[in-house]
Amino acid sequence: MSRVSTVDELARVRAVAAGVLDPELPVLTLADLGVLRDVRLTGAGGVVVTITPTYSGCPAMATMRADLTARLRAAGYADVEVRTVLSPPWTTDWISDAGRRVLAGHGVAPPGPAPRRPLGPVPLTLTRPARAVACPRCGSPDTEEISEFGPTACTAIRRCRACREPFEHVKEI
Amino acid sequence: MTIDDAYSDAYRALADVHGGDEAHWAFGTGFDDPLAGVDTTLPSTVDGAALAAYCLMLGDDALVLAQRLTEWCTRAPELEDEVALANIGLDLLGQARLLLSRAAQADPSVVPTGGAGVAEDGLAYFREQHEFRNVRLCEQDNGDFAHTVVRLLVFATWRLAALTRLAASVDPVVSAIAAKGVKELTYHRDWAARWVIRLGDSTPEARSRVEAGLAGVWPLVDELFRPSTVESGLAAAGAAVDPAGLRPEFDAVLAEVLGAAALPVPDVPPAALVGGRAGRDGVHTEALSYLLAEMQSVARAHPGATW
Repeated sequence: MSRVSTVDELARVRAVAAGVLDPELPVLTLADLGVLRDVRLTGAGGVVVTITPTYSGCPAMATMRADLTARLRAAGYADVEVRTVLSPPWTTDWISDAGRRVLAGHGVAPPGPAPRRPLGPVPLTLTRPARAVACPRCGSPDTEEISEFGPTACTAIRRCRACREPFEHVKEI
Repeated sequence: MTIDDAYSDAYRALADVHGGDEAHWAFGTGFDDPLAGVDTTLPSTVDGAALAAYCLMLGDDALVLAQRLTEWCTRAPELEDEVALANIGLDLLGQARLLLSRAAQADPSVVPTGGAGVAEDGLAYFREQHEFRNVRLCEQDNGDFAHTVVRLLVFATWRLAALTRLAASVDPVVSAIAAKGVKELTYHRDWAARWVIRLGDSTPEARSRVEAGLAGVWPLVDELFRPSTVESGLAAAGAAVDPAGLRPEFDAVLAEVLGAAALPVPDVPPAALVGGRAGRDGVHTEALSYLLAEMQSVARAHPGATW
């Protein structure tokens, strides 16, 4: 096999894996969510895909594994191995720009920059941090947090003071 | 299928990618190893049996408290806080799954038979009470909401201090589990701290409840900082954290939170040990037996069942 065709095949298999949707936010691909960490071909014609969980308790990991395997098999790769990697831990900074646009387009406010903490003890945050989150429906910056914990591990719940609509916000980690 | 189609019907989106494979319909079916594909090589300087015992300690803390927190489902004072408690429980359950799986890799002999070959299930559902290594703080009944948030504040403060340091463990799997957990526990601790302040700085009724919560929880605080021989040995090898060293950070955080609500640090004696032993030695209170009876009953009635 020539070098060029290997590169082409890798691009093709990457595109298949990258297009699988997240089971909990099925508007985002695993690549846009940043959980797809690596896709590679083995010498024997197999595929090794590496994914990472968003949160420790992410209940969708098994489904992601099954989805990736099914999609790649359908694309002609019988030998598919899906590996988990825990380190470095997932951060919302890995959500792509395209992913952020898709989230906002579907009424879910994308995350701001993840907190950068110095080494040593994690400081307490006794008042809720003032996050600049625009309403994904009307665009107003005048929004308030209802709860840092939402319907999925990744999301907080906010409310727009302008249009009064509640909405989800992917919280920064 | 376009993204818009998928969004309007997630069920159909799943059907599309699964190609009619029924096994995918429910989360909870066919749980597989949460460490699948992770490099599980044990560092040569770390004793496998000791690391397994340590992972059971940290994993059981998370498992037992996760079970307690889920008892709030349908019972919390507000929907938002019910969702918060369930989310915190889910994060802890995830940490427990990873840690119990790591324990089984480090020393397969810790896994009882009966889990249908799934190590984490064997450990969660088929160990007896004296084989659990959680601190007694985690098994305490929830009490009221104030008691629950006080216990969570104490637990999350201790665990965040421990996992922050454990992110530098020489065991790469424990290190990775800890680094993920730090991000989660930061949210848990802030949520609990804000509630303790809100209640403590509120009506006399709320304040008296949070004071009662502190009085009920505080006797079990000392136990968090008693190093077991397992922890001391592994800490010397750079794989674990000596809990005695966490006390200054814990005291500083609790002083900041309680000070913000003008709540006094309780002055109550620690709960008695039993022949010098406590939770880390497998010596538990009556509360754990009821908790385990509920948590383990289905798995024991139908060993190896799938659904």
